[in-house]
Amino acid sequence: MEQYIPLFLTKYNYWVYIALMMIGLWAMIAKNNLVKKIVGMNIFQTAIILFYVSIGAKYGATIPILQHGSGHGHEAAVRAADYINPLPHVLMLTAIVVSVATLGVALALVIRIHQRHRTLEEDEILEQLRES
Amino acid sequence: MSEQYPALVVIGPLLCALLVSVAGWLRPRLCLPFALLGLGISAAASTGLLAQVLTSGPVTYRLGGWAPPWGIVYQVDNLNAVVAALVSWVALFNLAASYRAVMTDYPEKIGPFYTLYVLAVTGMLGMVVTGDAFNLYVLLEITSLTGYALIGLGGGRAPLASLNYLFLGTIGASFYLLGVGYLYIVTGSLNMADLAKLLTPLYGSLALLAAFAITLVGLWMKMAFFPLHAWLPNAYGFAPSPAASLLAPLMTKVMVYVMIRVMISVFTVEFILQEVALSQFVVWLAVAAMVAGALLALGQRDLKRMLAYIVVAEVGYMVGGAWLGNKLAMTGAILHIINDAVMTFCVFLAAGCIYQKTRGTAFEDLQGLFKKMPWTMTALAAGALAMIGVPPFCGFFSKWYLIRGGLEAGHWGFVIALLFSSLVNVVLFFRIFEIAFFEPMSHGHGGHEGHGEHGGAVALAEAPLSMLLPLMAAALGLVALGLATGPLVEKIILPIIPAGLG
Repeated sequence: MEQYIPLFLTKYNYWVYIALMMIGLWAMIAKNNLVKKIVGMNIFQTAIILFYVSIGAKYGATIPILQHGSGHGHEAAVRAADYINPLPHVLMLTAIVVSVATLGVALALVIRIHQRHRTLEEDEILEQLRES
Repeated sequence: MSEQYPALVVIGPLLCALLVSVAGWLRPRLCLPFALLGLGISAAASTGLLAQVLTSGPVTYRLGGWAPPWGIVYQVDNLNAVVAALVSWVALFNLAASYRAVMTDYPEKIGPFYTLYVLAVTGMLGMVVTGDAFNLYVLLEITSLTGYALIGLGGGRAPLASLNYLFLGTIGASFYLLGVGYLYIVTGSLNMADLAKLLTPLYGSLALLAAFAITLVGLWMKMAFFPLHAWLPNAYGFAPSPAASLLAPLMTKVMVYVMIRVMISVFTVEFILQEVALSQFVVWLAVAAMVAGALLALGQRDLKRMLAYIVVAEVGYMVGGAWLGNKLAMTGAILHIINDAVMTFCVFLAAGCIYQKTRGTAFEDLQGLFKKMPWTMTALAAGALAMIGVPPFCGFFSKWYLIRGGLEAGHWGFVIALLFSSLVNVVLFFRIFEIAFFEPMSHGHGGHEGHGEHGGAVALAEAPLSMLLPLMAAALGLVALGLATGPLVEKIILPIIPAGLG
């Protein structure tokens, strides 16, 4: 048991993302309301965004803006350990855009479903479909 | 010009999508010409690219001139070149056929429809040519989002089917993204060729296995590999017919291509055969996909839904072939990507033609169709024969390679399931031909035979020429591909089969 405690404490970012992901997944599977399912989907995507953002972080590092611009020959080489890794963060900008777009498409579809069925509860919609 | 082909394949339709969306506001009549222009550019560029790759070897295109591990590259070898050519030509033919269906069903949505259509093809082509794992995710989402919207345009249950597809598709794409994240943690790179090099010393690490498993499950979800297929039948069954005949043939095939690309170019076959050692399990899943797809198709009473379940079975063929672990089966799987795209296109387009005239594809709507729509039904018959696997049609040859691969691997389950699913296809399609050939048109007052025109509520005629010509081209393509199997395999497929396969 003892050897797991450091694993749990030092890698807590992974546990957080997995917990968030499972919350999102649970909402997508178990919730009956379509909008709640969409919220679950968003939590699911945000968990992965957090995962990426957390892997770019470093202890004692700062934001990756070089204080003395490069290009001067006498400048010391940039120490990578002083700056957090910007690449995962940049990637997540794209992923955030994707997740917003997904949300938009999903909500648009929900509006069309509501126009047709006059409800957003999945069981009621399925019942209507069975009756027709 | 020719060195810009890889970029043109993607940029052409992307820019034209902008023009199409502007034209949708100002002059809806111009939408189709602009869309045709965009896909025409990518079809020409991808054909040129294929010729270039075949004569002078793989092409690496640096976007913006940035060198590979840092910049995004388009890495094109035989496999992507041929899949890109396939995707752009099938999409172009389907676009040419879509005009009437869009005009009758969505006259007020011409602009959005064609914009989404062209963007979906842009995403697929991008996924095929890109050599960057994260870039692939973005393009995958472009295709998926436009795909959800295209399906959601349909009436009736289409929005609900599309929303379910969106939920499962998002989980799939997110899993892929997560897998790429794991790969990034262990290597610090996103370029596929670079990843392959950096991963070699890491074989045996648990993180790598996790990355591979997560990526694979994500891709399986996207390609509707049994048992993750639940979204597919409704999504493709209720989609507007021009959208269904774009997405059903191409989306699953592009995802199978991505799986094969990840298997042979990011991870290597050595890793998959020795470290993962799940080949048996995956091939059995493929067996389940073929059997379940065939049995579920038998239970359908609607042509489009039946075809959608056949797609589920066909995905099983390709995944099984890729995982059997020998050269013959991998050749069969890659050949089947090409053949299956064309035959699925042919049958879905025929279903679209039927829908255009009868306004339904339930089995009762098919009665007497051989007399009314002889050309459409001939093309459907050609597609059916190809799917069953009758010799001059292309389906036979890829199944032949798959079966030989299965025998060489000694996997009897796979061989039997493949034969079983082909036999079920015989039953499925001949049941349709029986209805369409022997049963007279129903006129509401049953038993009234012959002379469909004088008593029928709808006087059926052949589908419009704009739909019929692409359909005929697809049907002829089935024979042409079948006859071209020899050169296709020797010149294009064999050079890219990894040497590590037995």
